Amino acid sequence: MYNIAMIGDRFSIGAFVALGVATFEANDRETAARVLADLVRSQKYAVVFVTEELLAALGDEITRYKDLPLPAITAIPGKNGATGYGMTALSRATERAVGTDILFKE
Amino acid sequence: MAEIRVNPTRMELKKLRVRYETARRGHKLLKDKRDELMRLFLEVVSECKSLREEVQTALAAAHGSFTLAAATTHPKMLEAALLLPKAKTEIAVSYKNRMSVTVPVFECDRLGATDTANYGLAFTSGELDAATATFGQTMPLMLRLAEREKEAMLLAQEIERTRRRVNALEHIMMPQYLTAIKSIKMKLDENERGNITRLMKVKDMILKANLSQKYSYFPDEE
Repeated sequence: MYNIAMIGDRFSIGAFVALGVATFEANDRETAARVLADLVRSQKYAVVFVTEELLAALGDEITRYKDLPLPAITAIPGKNGATGYGMTALSRATERAVGTDILFKE
Repeated sequence: MAEIRVNPTRMELKKLRVRYETARRGHKLLKDKRDELMRLFLEVVSECKSLREEVQTALAAAHGSFTLAAATTHPKMLEAALLLPKAKTEIAVSYKNRMSVTVPVFECDRLGATDTANYGLAFTSGELDAATATFGQTMPLMLRLAEREKEAMLLAQEIERTRRRVNALEHIMMPQYLTAIKSIKMKLDENERGNITRLMKVKDMILKANLSQKYSYFPDEE
């Protein structure tokens, strides 16, 4: 059995506590990177939700976890709403696979 | 392009032909694999896209109601209410094989979750109940999104790898084998021609020798 983790600012993760999600507060890149590394190393978490703002700040930090089967690191809009980072990540994956972004280009 | 250096022998020619045939068959197979992976990937990605849009709208609504709840509840009380949740969400992970890519499948299991809120109702507002309920409804959607996105990422990686293999076979390995086969063939043909010329020459020499021997019996005729 695995758990779900959520990394984000205090307000964005607040309500998830009530759902039994392990929440980790992080407000800057360094903290988020450290927490994420710990979570991946512990191998207890199958899904790690990270707010889009933090994930965008982490940048290349997550590429090393990208090709692992677990955990699934997913961008989730935080309290300020969607920044579009999640969609950008999807379009980047499309670009990696197809060679060109054919789904998201306007 | 670097050429394969081999001895121009029939043995080598045979070996190279077998290797070329294997490469050709492998190339065809990998190309088929790439096409199927691509089809799967596009399916998954478009599902991801619609799921993400759904999650975005759902979470925006949930955050809105949570903001309302935070405004109507004392911050200390809110913190206390959310401090020790009774509910525990666990996920069972199984794996499925999609075109030799192992992708995780999540199954959500909410332990101790009840329809009623798992905090004291005395000091919290009704808005908080509504907010946590909305987040609870969004959770399965979010998990499904996480699962699909992971699948898309893993498929993308596999497609990239397969594409490189296909290209390497098509543009490097197969032409290399073909040039090596051609050069061996040319060398063997050249040897064959050399051999024939030598034989003709020898035959000529023998014939000449025979003739001169024959004429030596009749010296007067000359």
